[in-house]
Amino acid sequence: MGGLALLGGLVLLAQSASTTRLSEILADPPPTTGVVIAALLLVLLGAFTKSAQVPFHFWLPAAMVAPTPVSGYLHSATMVKAGVYLVARFAPAFAAVGPWRPLVLTVGLATMLLGAWRALFADDLKQLLALSTVSQLGFLMVLFGAGSPELAEAGCLMLLAHAVGKAALFMVVGVIDHQAHTRDLRNLSGLGRRMPVLAVTATVLAFSVAGVGPVVGFLGKEHAFDGLLESHFAGATAVLVGVVAGSVLTFAYSMRFLWGAFATKRSSESGHDAVGPAVPRATPLFVAPAIVLGVASVAFGVAPSLVTGLMNEASLAIQPDAVVGALSLIPHLGTAFVLSILVITAGSLLFLSRRAMEPWDRLAHRLPAASHSYELTIRALNRVADTVTGIVQHGSLPLYVTVVLFTFLALPGVVLLSETSLPTDLQLADSPMQAAVGVIVIGAALATALSRRRFAAVLALGATGYGIAVLWVLQGAPDLAITQLLVETVTVVVFVLVLRQLPDSFRAPRRGQLTRVLIAGLVGVMMTAFVLVTTGARVAPPVSSSYAELAVEEAGGKNVVNVILVDLRAFDTLGEITVLLVAALGITSLVVAARLPRSGAANAEAGRNAGESP
Amino acid sequence: MIPLRSRILDVGVRALFHTLLLVSLFFLFRGHNQPGGGFAGGLVAGAAFVLLWMARRRDAVVTLRATPETFLGLGLLAAVTTALVPVIGSGRMLESASVTWSAPLGDVTVYSVLAFDIAVYLIVLGFVAVALRRLGNDGPDDVARS
Repeated sequence: MGGLALLGGLVLLAQSASTTRLSEILADPPPTTGVVIAALLLVLLGAFTKSAQVPFHFWLPAAMVAPTPVSGYLHSATMVKAGVYLVARFAPAFAAVGPWRPLVLTVGLATMLLGAWRALFADDLKQLLALSTVSQLGFLMVLFGAGSPELAEAGCLMLLAHAVGKAALFMVVGVIDHQAHTRDLRNLSGLGRRMPVLAVTATVLAFSVAGVGPVVGFLGKEHAFDGLLESHFAGATAVLVGVVAGSVLTFAYSMRFLWGAFATKRSSESGHDAVGPAVPRATPLFVAPAIVLGVASVAFGVAPSLVTGLMNEASLAIQPDAVVGALSLIPHLGTAFVLSILVITAGSLLFLSRRAMEPWDRLAHRLPAASHSYELTIRALNRVADTVTGIVQHGSLPLYVTVVLFTFLALPGVVLLSETSLPTDLQLADSPMQAAVGVIVIGAALATALSRRRFAAVLALGATGYGIAVLWVLQGAPDLAITQLLVETVTVVVFVLVLRQLPDSFRAPRRGQLTRVLIAGLVGVMMTAFVLVTTGARVAPPVSSSYAELAVEEAGGKNVVNVILVDLRAFDTLGEITVLLVAALGITSLVVAARLPRSGAANAEAGRNAGESP
Repeated sequence: MIPLRSRILDVGVRALFHTLLLVSLFFLFRGHNQPGGGFAGGLVAGAAFVLLWMARRRDAVVTLRATPETFLGLGLLAAVTTALVPVIGSGRMLESASVTWSAPLGDVTVYSVLAFDIAVYLIVLGFVAVALRRLGNDGPDDVARS
């Protein structure tokens, strides 16, 4: 759904900007119209779903069943950041347009707060990290979505901090899960003593997420507070309050993560089947990836010059007027630093008093869940699709053909009647021979339509084809004639092969005969008129006039038809032979599947292949 | 419904089958400069297969110990290879080239598009063969053989 909205939005946007290059759209944004606003709303919808923003956040924790490396990859680095990236690119140009800024900031803040709140009460460590990711994505959405020059670098720093920290934390949980066979923090006790290296690594990483200590996350958070204090857009102060509240929650759940994973708990706090001291130690190689990222987290924090260049460059790429500068770990004693201390204090208090908060969490769970309404929507969508398919795909072949022919009559037919005129310099025939062949073709066509037997109809149809091949010969087009002749032969053979399975003669239809005759006649008249008009309607010189020279000069061939097929227009041919191949495979799979003993798998395969063949 | 095997057709096909295949190759190779080409060649070869099938209820592919789908696969492989080889040599997709070889009886020029023509030939022939094998057989024993 999000992808579809995104596609629609981008198409609308590209239309109004009359270019599909993102850089050009951003450098010269189209004027604010209703279409542009609608396009931006669709783009935002796509970004929100991709990056798991409220109310589309539920899929991310639900995707937790994947193995740990997959989760780490999915949740920390690439996929969920796609929406953030999208917003980051668009925000500088469009933040001030229409509802963009209020919408992005509201959704981002709501996501940050909701994700962090839920993480504070999650019992599954992986679930906790997933909800934390949701929260951090909300934070990033706020930082980038504001489109404020002061916030671009803070966003980049937080992006880096989150990518490094969260990937490693997922690996830490993976190690715990593998060694202890549980991720439920109520059942874990004493792991910190058993695996001290892992515990220290996790502590560093969790602090980076929480934005405390000599780690890269701290740099990001300080920058974010500073940037928000200096930003000028309306509501910046309210956003700052929201971000501080979210940071308090973030600090609290980070502490809870560490406590839950590694602390030695009193028996009253852990479940009856607590595991801990007996857990086998992890091999060094198993823990190494997390340690590497943990060290990186500290290194980037202690020596920010390592990433200054990258961060400045990224910020300027996102926003040419971004405020960038040298990064420093030592905070200047200002409002931002006071806010950081406030976050740590309030977060610690919240962590210690989390028991008292639990009734509030239960209350929050009574609210209608977003996932529930999502399921309702999907079910309704399926019902509508079923109904529509029932009406459109009724399975009557004659009716399908009627609809197709009727469309052909209605659309080009109306244009033909209203806009064009027949050419005047028509000749009945160029030679007596041509006229004779024409009569034969017409006779064969009539025979096809009037025949009561299938085989006779097919043979008569073949005769019209051979007649037309003779016409090509008379016109001096041997290539076309050869092809027409051979195609006609093969078509007749294939027809006969298929018709063997059907009764010999047609069953005369009881009713609707007149309608069919009428439609067939109209299509015939229409087609004739169409051919006459289109041959007379050429206004531009034909593109083929240069092909005769090109064929000899560039391709070195004297048979123009063949050179066009395999050289000048070889791409077309490549596509056509591929279609031919798929059609042949469709025959194979349909026939083979139909002859196999009826089983679900065979039917499914036949259906799939039938869908693919043209 | 299918007429019984006819002796005349049988003998006729024996004479015609290989001739037709040769004609199809003739079409294939002369296509660059004269009427013919991979499409027409493939259709002629397909017609030969059809004749054999009509005379003996047997498709020629069986003697080759291949499935008709093999032709399709080889054809597409040839087509895509022809399309991509110029890219490796820093050309554009499907760009053509030619090599002239001075043979004792006169110069022979081979064009790279011939490979593409062969691909078309194989796929057209494969299509006919598939139609014969899959639509022409009736019993389940035919499926077992495929």
